[in-house]
Amino acid sequence: MTVFAFYLFAVCVLTGGLFTVLSRNPVHSVLWLILAFLSSAGLFVLLGAEFVAMLLIIVYVGAVAVLFLFVVMMLDVDFAALKAEMAKYMPLALLIGVVILMQLVMAVGAWDSAAGASAARQAVAPDGVENTAALGLILYDQYFLLFQLAGLVLLVAMIGAITLTLRHRADVKRQNVLAQMWRDPASAMELKDVKPGQGL
Amino acid sequence: MITADLTVILPEVLLAVYGLVALLLVAYTGKDKMASALTWLTAGVFVAIAAMIGLGGGGAQSAFGGMFMDDAFARFAKIAFLLAAAAVLVMGQDYMQRRDLLRFEYPILVVYAVVGMMVMVSAADLMVLYMGLELQSLSLYVVAALRRESPKSAEAGMKYFVLGALSSGLLLYGSALAYGFAGTTGFAGIINAASGELGLGLLFALVLIVTGLSFKVSAVPFHMWTPDVYEGAPTPVTAFFATAPKIAAMALLARVLHDAFGAIVPQWQQILVLLSIASMALGAVAAIGQSDIKRLMAYSSIAHMGYALMGLASGTADGVQAMLVYMVIYVAMNIGTFAFIMSMERDGRPVTDISALNLYARAAPGRALAMLVLLFSLAGIPPLVGFFGKLYVLRAAFDAGLTGLVIAGVLASVIGAYYYLRIVYLMYFGAETEQGLDNSRGGILPVVLAASAIAMVVGVINLFGIESAAAFAAQALLN
Repeated sequence: MTVFAFYLFAVCVLTGGLFTVLSRNPVHSVLWLILAFLSSAGLFVLLGAEFVAMLLIIVYVGAVAVLFLFVVMMLDVDFAALKAEMAKYMPLALLIGVVILMQLVMAVGAWDSAAGASAARQAVAPDGVENTAALGLILYDQYFLLFQLAGLVLLVAMIGAITLTLRHRADVKRQNVLAQMWRDPASAMELKDVKPGQGL
Repeated sequence: MITADLTVILPEVLLAVYGLVALLLVAYTGKDKMASALTWLTAGVFVAIAAMIGLGGGGAQSAFGGMFMDDAFARFAKIAFLLAAAAVLVMGQDYMQRRDLLRFEYPILVVYAVVGMMVMVSAADLMVLYMGLELQSLSLYVVAALRRESPKSAEAGMKYFVLGALSSGLLLYGSALAYGFAGTTGFAGIINAASGELGLGLLFALVLIVTGLSFKVSAVPFHMWTPDVYEGAPTPVTAFFATAPKIAAMALLARVLHDAFGAIVPQWQQILVLLSIASMALGAVAAIGQSDIKRLMAYSSIAHMGYALMGLASGTADGVQAMLVYMVIYVAMNIGTFAFIMSMERDGRPVTDISALNLYARAAPGRALAMLVLLFSLAGIPPLVGFFGKLYVLRAAFDAGLTGLVIAGVLASVIGAYYYLRIVYLMYFGAETEQGLDNSRGGILPVVLAASAIAMVVGVINLFGIESAAAFAAQALLN
C-alpha cells in the first residue's frame, strides 16, 4: 500500500513539474504547480514528516501558489515575445546546461562522503517527541541565531518593498479617516429656514 | 547558555535593535524630514560600535554551538567596515539631500547591510554565512535602486539583484555539496572531513562556494554587474558599494578558505591565482576606454580586488595580513576619491564625465592636488601609501612561490597606472573647455578629501599601526 502511494505521488510530482514547464497557458502552469506541491506533501507524509507536509500545503499551496496565480493573471506579460527572446539564447544555454549536467553527473557518480559524515547527518527526533515539537526545539534552540537572522532578512525585504514602491503624491486627494469620523452635524451642516415662495 | 551567547554577539544585537528602534521612531514621527539627523546618528552609532569592538578585545569566543566566531580577525574587519560605512554615510548626506534622495530608509538599510556584514565575517557555519550574506545583499539591492525615477538606477538594482540571486544559488549549491560530503555545515566539521582523503564532492563544493563569493567581491570573470551597478546607483551608494561590502566579502572569503577549507590550500590556491590574474588584467585594460568616472572606478575596484585576492592566494598568514592591509588602504583611498566625485557638479547637477575635469587644477588647485595624491596612491606610485599596499601583497605572493602571479601583478599595475595618470593629465594639462565644473561647495566633502589625501602621505611613516593589527588578525585566523 505504501509502495503504491509512493509511486502515485511520485508520478504526480513529476507530471506536475513537467507540465508546469510545458503548458502554454501560465494559469495552467500554476495549477500544475499546485498539483506538484500537493503530491510532494503526500511524499512527506509517507516519510513521517507530517509537519513539513502541512507547511507545504498551507504555505506553498495556500499562499505562494495563489500569489503566483494573481501575479500571472494581473501582470500583462507577453509570453510569446519572451519565448522568442529565449529562443535566441537557447543553443548557448543548452550547451552550458549540458556541460554543467555532465560535470554534476561526474561528481555524483564518484560520490564518497567523509568518514562519519552520515553519522553527523542523522537528526533523530528524541523518543516520544512529535516531529513538530522536535522541529521547534531545533529551530528555537539550536538554530536560534539563524531564525532571528531570517527575521531580519524578512524585515529588510519589507522595508525594501515599501521604499521602492510606496509613493506619497502631494497632488492626490486622500481619504482622512479621522477627519471623517470627527465630523458631526453641528460643524458639517447648517440649517436654514426657507420661507415658502422666496428661496435663499 | 543563551546569556553567554548573547554577550558574544552583543555588538550585532545592539546595532540590529538600534535599527528597529530608529525605524519605528522615524516612521511614526518626522519621516524623511528626520533622515538627515538619522544619517548622522547612524554614523555615530557605527563609530560607537566600532569603538566598543575595538576596546572590548579578548581572545576568540565562539557562540551558538560554534556557529558564530568572534576573534581578532572578525574584529579587525568589523572595525574597518563600520568606520568606512560611517564615513560614507556622512559624506553622502548632503548630496542625497539636495537631490531629494535622502529617504529615512536609506540609513536604516545601511544599518542592516552592516549587521549582515558583521554576521558574515564572524560566521563559523555555512548557514550563518548565507544568512549574513543575504541580509547584506538584500539591503544593497534596495539602496542601488533608490533613485526610483531613473531607469539607470532601476537597472542597477535589477542587475545586481538577478546576478546576486544567481551567485547565492551557486553558493547554496556548494554549501549543500559540502554538507553532503562532511555531514555538517560547521567550518570545524568541514575542515576535519577535508583533512582526510579529498572527495570529488568537496572539490565541487569548494569551486561553487568560491564562485558564489567571487560575485560578491566582483572578481573577473564574475564582475559583469559591477560597472553598470556603479554607474546606475546614486554616487553615495556607489561609494558605499566600493568600500564596506568589499572588505566584508574579502574577509568572508578569507574566513571560508582558511577556516573551512584550510586543509586543502593547494586546491583553492590555483583558483584564486586565476581569479587574481584575470581581475588585475581586465581591471587595468578595460578602464582605459571609460569616459565616466564612476565606471572607471568600477574597473579600478575590480583591479584592486585582484591584488587583494593575490594576498589571499598565497595561503599564508602573511598573505591574509597583506590582504587586510591592502583592503584598508584601498577603502581609505576610495573614500577620498568618492568624496571628490560627489563634489563634481555643474549648475548644481552631478557630473561624472571625465572630460569635465579638463584644467580643473586652475579652478581649484587645492582639490586637484588632493585628487592627484589619491590617484597616484591608487596607481601604486611610491612613496604613497597605495604603493605599500601593493608591495605587501606582492611580497606575500612572492614568499609563497607564486612568481608568475607577482609578475602579472606588476605588469597590470603599470598598465593600470595609465588611466589614473590620464585624469591627472587632464586636470593639469588638459584642453580648454567651456564647460568647467562649479566651484565646489564647502561642507564635509573637502574635509574628507583632504583627510584621505593627507593620510596617503602621512601614513607612509607607520601605516597608522594597521600593519601590526592586521598581523594579529591574520594570526587569529590561521591559528
